[in-house]
Amino acid sequence: MRGLFRFLYYLLTTGLVRALVGQAIGMLAGYGLVNGIRALMGLEPAQEAGWVAGAFLGVFTALLAAGVLGDWLRWAAGRRTELRHGPPAGRPAWTRYLSVDYNHKVIGIQYGVTSIIVLLVGGILALIFRVELAVPGMQFLTPDTYNTIFSAHGIIMIASILAGVGAMGNYLVPMMIGAPDMAFPRLNAFSFWIAVPSAMLIIAAMFVQGWDTGWVAYPPLSIRGPLGTQLFLLGFFLNGFSSIASAINIIVTVLTMRAPGMSLFRMPIFVWGSVAASIIQFTATQTVGLALLMVTMQRLFGLGFFDATVSAPGVPPGDPILYQHLFWFYSHPVVYVFVLPGLGVISELLPVFSRKPLFGYKWIALSSIAIALVGFLVWSHHMFTSGMDEYLRIPFMFSTMLVAVPTGVKFFSWIGTVWGGKLTFPTPMLFALGAISVFLIGGLSGPILGTVPTDLHLHDSYWIVGHFHATMFGGFVFPFFAAIYYWYPKITGRMFNETLGKLHFWLMVPGFWVMSLGQMRIGLLGMRRRIADYDPALQIDFTQTLITIAGLVIGWSVLIMIYNLVSSLRAAPIAAPNPWRSRSPEWQVPSPMPEFNYDRPFVVVGEPYDYGLADSTYVNMQPATGD
Amino acid sequence: MKYGRHFAIVAVLIVIGSIVAYVLLESIYALPLAASEEADGIDALFRGHFILISFLFALVVVFLLYSVVVFRRRPDEPEDVEGDHFHGHTGLEIVWTIIPLMLVVVFGVWGARLLTDIIAPDEDEITINVVGQQWSWRFEYPEHGDITSDELVLPVHQPVRLEMTSIDVLHSFWVPEFRVKQDLVPGQIHELRITPTDEGDYKTRCAEICGTSHAYMISDVRVVSEDDFEAWVEESSTSIAELEPVERGLTWSQQFGCTGCHSPDGTALAGPTWQGLFGSEVQLASGETVLVDEEYIRNSILMPNDQLHAGFGPNIMPQNFEELFAEEEAKYDGEVSIIDDLIVYIQSLSE
Repeated sequence: MRGLFRFLYYLLTTGLVRALVGQAIGMLAGYGLVNGIRALMGLEPAQEAGWVAGAFLGVFTALLAAGVLGDWLRWAAGRRTELRHGPPAGRPAWTRYLSVDYNHKVIGIQYGVTSIIVLLVGGILALIFRVELAVPGMQFLTPDTYNTIFSAHGIIMIASILAGVGAMGNYLVPMMIGAPDMAFPRLNAFSFWIAVPSAMLIIAAMFVQGWDTGWVAYPPLSIRGPLGTQLFLLGFFLNGFSSIASAINIIVTVLTMRAPGMSLFRMPIFVWGSVAASIIQFTATQTVGLALLMVTMQRLFGLGFFDATVSAPGVPPGDPILYQHLFWFYSHPVVYVFVLPGLGVISELLPVFSRKPLFGYKWIALSSIAIALVGFLVWSHHMFTSGMDEYLRIPFMFSTMLVAVPTGVKFFSWIGTVWGGKLTFPTPMLFALGAISVFLIGGLSGPILGTVPTDLHLHDSYWIVGHFHATMFGGFVFPFFAAIYYWYPKITGRMFNETLGKLHFWLMVPGFWVMSLGQMRIGLLGMRRRIADYDPALQIDFTQTLITIAGLVIGWSVLIMIYNLVSSLRAAPIAAPNPWRSRSPEWQVPSPMPEFNYDRPFVVVGEPYDYGLADSTYVNMQPATGD
Repeated sequence: MKYGRHFAIVAVLIVIGSIVAYVLLESIYALPLAASEEADGIDALFRGHFILISFLFALVVVFLLYSVVVFRRRPDEPEDVEGDHFHGHTGLEIVWTIIPLMLVVVFGVWGARLLTDIIAPDEDEITINVVGQQWSWRFEYPEHGDITSDELVLPVHQPVRLEMTSIDVLHSFWVPEFRVKQDLVPGQIHELRITPTDEGDYKTRCAEICGTSHAYMISDVRVVSEDDFEAWVEESSTSIAELEPVERGLTWSQQFGCTGCHSPDGTALAGPTWQGLFGSEVQLASGETVLVDEEYIRNSILMPNDQLHAGFGPNIMPQNFEELFAEEEAKYDGEVSIIDDLIVYIQSLSE
């Protein structure tokens, strides 16, 4: 009994609980402030303005209560601080993961666990509406509830992916380049912790009247939507700071903290993917923030940015299509944020399990940068039917298809990597190969959307749904799972259960193939996206049921993985520190990693992927002093 | 060459694989009936894409599966056996950059030319206006006696220019059999050109999320012979003032989009069904019960938030019908009263 009370005490005083309580207090205070002032002025309460003020204040107080702003505030007051490290004094080690911690590996796990939990929430939402869609007619959802659920599913999955990208980048990059931590550990903690209250806003949006615009929130529908729309917009907006801060950290860390001898082309390839993703996050996020803010301003103050009806003589009309430009200028590049790290994981794993060099390392590294750059030039392919200026459709068609070229370089390089190898297939390798097959389906379904005439048929149909699920799963989810399995022994010092891993794979990959092809099929036949119900006359009932079943299989397979990861924490510690016989530096030290990674800086003396070259090493872990 | 035999086998497998993939693709990726001139060109482009997809799919999958089978570590080999050692091949990198680049250009030019054809004006084209609103379609025929209709009737082989706008949020016009799509933007007019080639009954279904009943924003599209079209124009042009009030009421209910939310036959849509409504007792959101009479119906149409039917929210029904009716009535010199016609029509649904 006392043990229970003590557990509850530790739990309720973690940063997480303090953040949630702090957010609640801030939200009420913000609402109260706005409407208190209005009451004093004799005005009726303004619900939405109150909650907007509450949302902003609530995020700030959440961060304050969690303790992530503490050191910065002390600096502002002229006081010194120490870089806290290690488990919190006088508290059990597990509380470390629920509180503000500056160690990049702890933050990486915080991101990773959050990503998986959020993935489950998003997945459950999907399964709810997929069950509704399994047969025509409305079975158990109302159209409004359906609209809220699919809208939430979209943004929640995106939040999960961004957290997963954060997990991989934060955990792996410092270790891979020989750094003890990120360049800005406190900023790193901030990046994670701002995601907590912003996610809460999005979840709150579901329950406060919901919203019906999808995650894209196009005006005018988003202008006239209920309060849930506004909370969603703010949650999305505030989450952007996580991306921007995280990107700054990765770029600076990689540019300034690499081990001696690690030129850019001698970094592990994953780091290239992470840097390319960070370049995008750093530059594009602001545009969608602007778009979301402008919708908020139009909702609150009637500023007619997106209102095309003329409000007064001489006042030029606004334009709903402007929103789409601002929105997609970020939201297209962000999909490359989602996949570049994952594609980097595939490139990282194939050499290890083929026992031969990564084919065309430089070309692969530069293809990530090329994808990031070209990815900024394609956004209007989301708007081919929007009514934007006619002439724009042609250049965007060409630029869109151009992205396929560096992407193709990756696929062909992966073939070159496994060709002539000595392949083995433990779970991480299975997921890397599965990722390639699914990303292939997704990628091949892209150019058909890039040519405008075919997009006129496919836009806003389920073909699009099939395309982006396949690319997201192939480029992020499967590689993320591959990475989790691969680095699990490094993170925990234990090995996961291989049989369960294989079961997860063999359920998930075929399930995904069926789902993707099914979605594309019904899209071609006329099934629209974002609809609660469909016409039996389309004759797609059977495929719809099949898609739902595939989704359920995928869901179960993920649960199998989670069971595996959790129960294996109790397995016997692994004997060998480097079970995959990787050349990468993180595998040359014991597992779990020491607090600051490397006792002494290592020196890079060879190529990262020279598997099979006798007597070659990548890193010298014990360089003579003076090197 | 070291891998000569392997490459030869792979090449054969890729040829076979491409054919198998293409056959499967054509069956899985079925397209609806092609019912417009635009569809013919677009379907040819679809076919081109499918062929390329089949080939590229086979290319990557065959190489990978072949490697998985042939280049695996055998059980009799030691655990630390290593693979072949090569870092890359600049020649290959250049080839597999240039060829895709050329394909990009080919498909880009194909797509650009096809798009130019699709949007090109035709000197014979007729203009039909399309107005979308939450959650119904209205079609107006300015060149055919100003007919307003809730179904789109098109003469076969006749080029049509649809001029489209919305009165509230974004919508999108899409008939899958015609293959082209265009968003409707409030405050702007955008055009879409279609030349239907096959007589038949189709549907346009809104393809841009527009709120609660987006899934049900559907209208009939009928492609008929030229003669049948003339006949339909003739029939629809009967001056609305000459119709019986009940028939007028039905026409108004289509024209002003009432049928998007209020069904005449009991179907549950976004608003209460009109079947059996008149003369019944309904509970209001305020708790009180009222009799649905002329007064109630008039008030509910002109001031929708006043006496909300329980279970239905505020601010869903447009609030400006008084204004819209006045505008329309001005065309008839005060000979018609839209609200009275609607009441008569709604009353008829209780008989």
